[in-house]
Order: sequence, then C-alpha cells, then structure tokens
Amino acid sequence: MEKISIEIFNLFAILALGLIPFLKTRGRGYLTLGTISLQVILISFIAFRIFENGPVEYYYSGSFITGIIPVRIDYLSAWFILVISFTFLTGVWYGAQYMKKYTDQSDNLALHAGAFIVLYTSLIDICLIQNSLVFLTIWEIMALSSFILVIFEHYKSATLKAGINFLIQSHVCILFLTVAFMWVKVKTGSFDFNAITLFTSTQPIIVGLALFIFFFFGFAIKAGFVPFHTWLPLAHPAVPAHISGIMSGVIIKIGIYGLLRILMLIKTDMVTIGYFILFISLITGLYGVMLAIVQHNLKKLLAYHSIENIGIIGIGIGLGCLGLGYNNHILVIAGFGGALLHVLNHSLFKSLLFYSSGNVYQARHTMSIELLGGLIKKMPNTGYLFLLGSLAICGLPPFNGFISEFFLYNGLFHGLVSSNFMFILFLLFAILGLVMIGGLALICFTKAFGIVFLGTQRSELHEDGGIEQPQRIWPMYGIGVFIMIVGLFPFLLAPFLLKVIILYVPGLNTQAKLQFSEMLGQLTKIGWYSLGFLVLIMVIYFLKGLITRKRVVSLSDTWGCALSGATPKMQYTASSFIRSYRKLAEPILSIKKVKQEAVGLYPHDIMQETHAHDKIETWLVDKPLLVIRKLMNSFVFLQNGNIQAYILYGFVFVGLALLLPSIIEKLMVLINFLNQL
Amino acid sequence: MVSLLLIIVTSLFFSGFILRTKSILSGRKGPGLFQPMLDIFRLWKKGSVVSGTTSFIFQIAPSAYFASVIMAILMIPHGNNPGLISFDGDFIMFAYVLAFGKFLMIISALDTGSSFEGMGASREALFSMLVEPAFFILLGSFALFTGQNSFHQIFSTLHYGSQISYLLGGLASFVLVMIAMIENSRMPLDDPKTHLELTMVHEVMILDNSGFDLGLIMYTTNLKFAMYGAIISNFFIGMFPYEISIPMFFIIQIGFAIAVGIIESFMARFRMGHNPQFVFILTSVSLLIFFGVLLVLGKFV
Repeated sequence: MEKISIEIFNLFAILALGLIPFLKTRGRGYLTLGTISLQVILISFIAFRIFENGPVEYYYSGSFITGIIPVRIDYLSAWFILVISFTFLTGVWYGAQYMKKYTDQSDNLALHAGAFIVLYTSLIDICLIQNSLVFLTIWEIMALSSFILVIFEHYKSATLKAGINFLIQSHVCILFLTVAFMWVKVKTGSFDFNAITLFTSTQPIIVGLALFIFFFFGFAIKAGFVPFHTWLPLAHPAVPAHISGIMSGVIIKIGIYGLLRILMLIKTDMVTIGYFILFISLITGLYGVMLAIVQHNLKKLLAYHSIENIGIIGIGIGLGCLGLGYNNHILVIAGFGGALLHVLNHSLFKSLLFYSSGNVYQARHTMSIELLGGLIKKMPNTGYLFLLGSLAICGLPPFNGFISEFFLYNGLFHGLVSSNFMFILFLLFAILGLVMIGGLALICFTKAFGIVFLGTQRSELHEDGGIEQPQRIWPMYGIGVFIMIVGLFPFLLAPFLLKVIILYVPGLNTQAKLQFSEMLGQLTKIGWYSLGFLVLIMVIYFLKGLITRKRVVSLSDTWGCALSGATPKMQYTASSFIRSYRKLAEPILSIKKVKQEAVGLYPHDIMQETHAHDKIETWLVDKPLLVIRKLMNSFVFLQNGNIQAYILYGFVFVGLALLLPSIIEKLMVLINFLNQL
Repeated sequence: MVSLLLIIVTSLFFSGFILRTKSILSGRKGPGLFQPMLDIFRLWKKGSVVSGTTSFIFQIAPSAYFASVIMAILMIPHGNNPGLISFDGDFIMFAYVLAFGKFLMIISALDTGSSFEGMGASREALFSMLVEPAFFILLGSFALFTGQNSFHQIFSTLHYGSQISYLLGGLASFVLVMIAMIENSRMPLDDPKTHLELTMVHEVMILDNSGFDLGLIMYTTNLKFAMYGAIISNFFIGMFPYEISIPMFFIIQIGFAIAVGIIESFMARFRMGHNPQFVFILTSVSLLIFFGVLLVLGKFV
C-alpha cells in the first residue's frame, strides 16, 4: 500500500515534468497547482497512516552500485513529511498568485514550475530513503532544483550572486555528507543507514564523535547554524516570496531532519554531542536575532530570524541529547519534543511572514523598512496576518511559538535539579540565552511590524492595488488557523510527538510516560488558559465599548508637542527605534556608519547611513576567499588565452597521469634497493 | 482568588502611598491616599481624542495590556493558597503574558506615527528585554532551591533554613522591587513627573491615549505595582494562616510603596544612556542569588 502510493507520488512528478513543455503559461500554473496538491494529499494520507499503523519498511533490490535500497518510513519521517507538505501546499497556492506578475517570462516560469515540483518530490524522498548513495543523489537533486528556484530573477546581479553563493555552499554541505557516508561505507561495506549504528557501536567513542562532526557540519550548512549560516541572508531576499517562505520553512529544516536522523542512528557519547549542539545553538540563536534587529531589508531581517529559530530548535536537540546521555527522560521529552514542535511552528509562522512580505513587496516594490509605513490601512489582511506571525514568532501566548518555547523552558528548569555543576551552569546559560532571544525578538518584531505597517508611509513609492485577492489571502489564513490551533489546542499534537520521541528511547519507561502525560496536562491547561486570555481581552474590549458608548470621541492629529502640520518624515524610523540597542550591541556587531553633519550657518543636506555587516561572514568567508584569490592570482600567467598553451597543459596533465604510476614504481624499486644496502 | 482580591484592593491605594511619601519627604501635606484612584475614575468618565493616523491596534492595545496584567495576577498565589491559574511552569507563562501586553503597547505607540512615542516605545522594548533575564534567573534560583516549578509550589515549600537563605530572600526582594520600578518606568530609570518628552519612557508612549484608555493604562500601572508587591510578600508569608498573612501582605505592600516613594524622593534619574548598565546589575544580582542557592544546596564545586 505505502510502496505503491509512494511510487505513484513520484510518478505524478515525472508526469507533470513531462507535460510542462506542452502547455501554455497558464496551463503550467494549473498543472503545478494540481500536481503539488495531489501529491500533498497522497503523501499526507500515507503519513497519517504511518502514525496510525506504525512504521513501514520495504526494499528495492537496487543495482550493483547502490546495493539494496531500503525505504523506511518511521514517525520522524512522517512528522517531517507533514510539515514539508503543508508548507508546500500553502506555498504553491500563494506562489501561483504571486507569479502572475511575471507572466511575460514564460520560459523562466516553466523552469520555475518544474524545479518547484522536483524540489517537493526530492524533499519528501529524502525523508524516506535510507541508502546513503541514493540519499546523496536526491540531496543533490534537491540542491540543484532549489538553486534554479533561487535564481528566478537571474537578470538581477544580486540574485545571481546569492544563487551562486547558495550553490557553492550547498555543495560544501554535500561534500561533508559524502565524506561521512563514504567513511561508513568503506568501513562496513554497506550503504544502508543502519550501517552507521553498526559501525559506531563497534568503534571507540572518539571515532563516533568524529563521524558525527562530519555529519553535523554537512547538515548545519543546510540548516544555517552559525557559523555556516552565511548563505541564508543572501538567498532569502533574492528569491520570490513563496520560495523564501518554503526555503525558510522547510528547506533549512531538512538539515534538522538529517541531524535528528543521524542522532537516532549514531551510537556514541551523547553528552559531548549534547553540550556541543547546545553551545552552537545558543550562539546561533543569539547571533541570528542580534543581527536581525539591525537589518533594513524586511526579507533579510526575516532570514536572520530563521537562523535564530534554528538556534531555538538546536537548543531543543542539544537538551534531548543531554537527556539521552544522562539518561534523564524528561529532558529527552522536553528537548526533542520542543525541537520537533518548533520545526512545525517555525514553518508555519515564518512562511506566513514571508508571504506577507511578498504582498508588501508587490504592492510597494521595495523591501526597505525605512521607506514603508502605514500599510495596515491599505492592506489590512496582510497587516493583521503579519502581526499574527510576529506575535507567534516572539513566542507569546496564546500563539504556537509559546508552546514550543514552553517545552524547552520546562526541560531546562527540570534539568536544574541535577547535581552536576557543569550541567547546571550550562542550563543556566541556556535559560539566559533563550530569555534574551525572546526579548530581542520582541524588539525586532515590534520594529518590523510597527514601522512597516503602522504610522504613515515614509516616502513616495509605487502603489499597486489589488494585491489582496482572496486566492492569495486564503492560504495565508490557512496558516493563521493552524497557528491558532497549535497555540490553543496543543494536546492535539501530543500523541504524534510522543511517537516520534519514543524512537530515541526505545525503552521509554513507565515513569517517563507518566511525565509525558503530566506535560500533556500542562499543555492542555496552557491551551485553555490561552483561550481564556483571548476571551478576557475581548470581554474587556467589549466592556470598554459598552462604557464609552455615549462618550464623545473626536478625531484629531497625532499630538505633536504644540507643533501641527505633521509630515510622515517626523515619524520615528526603524534605525532610530533600534538606536539604543545598536549602541549596546555595537562591540559585537560590525556596523558601518556614513555620516554628513550639518556645518556652517546655511547647512546643506545632511545624511546618515548605517550598514550592518555580518562579522562571521567577513572572517569566515570573505577574508579566506580574498587570500585564496590572491594565491590563485599568482598563477594567473597560466591563463594566457593561448589555445596552444592550453593544449600543452592538457598533454602535460595526461602525460603526468600516465607516467605517475611508473615513476612511483621506479621510486619504490630505488627505496627497496636502498633498504637492502 | 484571595490574592486577586488582595491585589485589587492594594492597587486602589498603592500610588496614593507613593505620592504621600513623596509629599511628606518634600515637606508638603500631599493629596489623600485615594486621590490617584479618583483621578483614574475621572478619566474613565471622560470622552477621548483619537489620532487620525491610528488603526485598530491603538484601540485594542490598552485593553490587551490590562488583560495581560489581570491574566498574570491570576497566577500569583497567596501563601498556601494557589492562584486561580496554577500549573507547573506557570511563571514562564506569567512573563510571556506580560510580554504580550507590552508588545501591543509598543506597537500602539508606533501606531500614532509620532516621534516622541516611537522614542518611548524603543526604550520600553529595550529595557523590558534587558530586565527579563533577571526575572527568569530569580525564579530559576527558587525553582532550584525548592525543587518545584510553579509559583504556588515554590512559595509554599519555601522555608528559610540557614542565614544565607534569609540573605537570598532579601536579595530577591531587592531584585523584584527594581524589576517593578523598571517595568513601570519609575525612578531611577525614568521620571514619570518630568514634562520633557525626550527623557520619558512609559509616559511618552501613551501621549496620545486619552479618556478611558488612559485611565485603563494608569490603573494597570497600579495593578502591576501591587502584583510585584504580592510576589515579594509571598517570599515571607509562606505557611502562615490568613489572620497573620493578610495583615502581613498589606504591611509588605505599604512598605514597598513607601520604599518606592523614598527612592523617588532621594534618587536622581539616570542618564538614559546609563540605564542599560543599571538594568544589567539586576541580572548580576540574580546570578548571585543563583550561585547562593547552589551554595546552600551544596552543589557548588
């Protein structure tokens, strides 16, 4: 049943790809919509069946290169399949409307549609296949198709630059994964994922840790852990909004999937891994949000926020690993539970935020926060949905972000009972970090929402109307409804979560189950209290309306300290809103300021610009690249544009390649001879 | 339920006590204890002026702010008697619900499109971000100390064994008083009585609110004071029966109000740029409490 369904699932994609060349632009749009929707329905059905009937495992015989190809669909796969599918469903419906602006680029759109289908299919297949060679191949297909999606607007140089950066970093990621998988293959002779378990349980702990580091680096590049995050802030602003939403919502999560899968398979010192992941994640979370605040581009701000949220997910994973290492089940439940839940939550609110920012972009043709303003009156749906997303991403009740953060806090506070000083200290810093992340996110999103949607518009911009058509808005409301459901009725997800968590501790004892049901009770309470909180707000607002019904309400200008004739330029700007924060954070961030002050009796125009740079990017990517370029430049004489010289290089290379074995042979003979003397 | 009633009663006269202390210390007689509350009642009866720039956010924010504080108050126990809402980890929800109200107040300030209010909003956002860690570490320390994870269980199992634990209680009260001052934007962070918009925090955020909404916001400030006072009182009333705990509650609240009055009379407002450093001190003090707890429990190595 599952086997045939998944084959049909892949067949749909192949059929759709075959049909694309024969259709007109409109038809291609409908085809993509139809294919993705059908695929989503089919695979979600499978995923729910897995949750109901238990994991499924079947094999393809494969070729002599790949060996047997096992397909294992367990609860972890099913969880990620559901998350990915929902984001793609909303993404394709939103994207179909978003792309209407580009109908004149027919060929480009065809490529985009094709790549979109390939990307979805490959992401789902990654969650299923457990043969490293096939896994790597699909991973490569995924990377290439997302590259094509990234460079949709390839005629813009910034987009192309971001695209190439993405392509290179994706391949560095694949390189790490290849090394790790090949290591296992060479030692065990099997491409099956289970070989990892076999290999690491027979080797000393240090080998397992080294193997894990390779896997971690690979997956961390995809997920965007600091310092491997540099592709994210470049790629997100360059791509169409629905792709940004999908990229941030699920493509980076496939890195998290990889990490969780490896943690399930690898058998080594979980305590060290836990501390390592917790440390990296705390830095990721803090660094991401600290840089997010100082961004002026809305999409770039959201991109840095994705890094922050990866940090939060990582904190959960780190806690879970520590729980496994110290055999503390409540930490495992809270850690992995929080991480998995945050994967879902982040995919929901981040895609919602990106889709809203897409609406803003198409209405005003800019993403610069400083120029925008007052959009909530022109685009109320977008505005309130963005607000919903902002509240959720700050982890405020009664929305879904709070639920996953509550899981993590619960784990952290429960862990404090331990008697290990080092462990307590780490938890203390994790609590501090998580709190700081929450507070900084609040600054970031009050800025983003307040400046973009409130007040009045800060400059002359395009004013395209008709953005908020129902077809474009309903996928966003769909996400909004899910955010509310997770926020108010979190217990609905609990049985799914428990099944995934049990994978990590096969013998989850009865006491742990008891603790889980206790946590479930808490979640249920939180859900009801959150609902009560919403009702309370409404009741108070209603009472206020009732009391002030007969009072005089007069309309006037904003109070201007005895100054009337307010202009939009007198409003607070995004830069000034974060000025005091910037002053505090300046030693850590690198912010370049260009300033022209007023001089003389009749001063000219004055100006001030601030640009935030990513210090880690400068040190880890830009500077080494510069060094490499300098080094390579000394060999530039080789590239003389002379075709004869190039042919000579070819001959020299072939000659060397052929001669090398015999030269080595001769050398060996010489060495042997010397040895015998 | 008991604590909700007590806090509401306290909120009626709390700022009266502060004002009275300040007037006596500056050699005036001062208004009656209930005068601030009467002012708020007068505001509730007034009509309002609304800026044309604002949207629905501006309308709902004061109600949401008020609701968030009420929601937070519902979680506070009174000694052995749990709050209406009590579950494991409720203090996390407590902090986050308050943050929700703050979020809405900040964006409602930005909603008016005024540079003054933007300035206030910016400061409010920064200071509340900086003060949050202190609260969490404080509660974390007591969670560690008692091995419990909810307001009610922490306070009902809290008992002072050694001298160092008295010190911890004292330090905790200090941190909470300061948190209350920062959350309500009082001296030494901000002077509510100043009339220069450029130096204000909370007051400048609500320049455009008038009538019922302004009254609601001002009453919420009183409630917030009483709420933090109730948390402080919980550190001391512990297992006492009502006959002792309720008078003690009021004594602590009045002491708290007088302390606020004294601080406001004798301290100058800090320069705005120095405020973050001051707020950081609170985090360090709560870290001190945390390590103190580790010391008491013998987990310090």
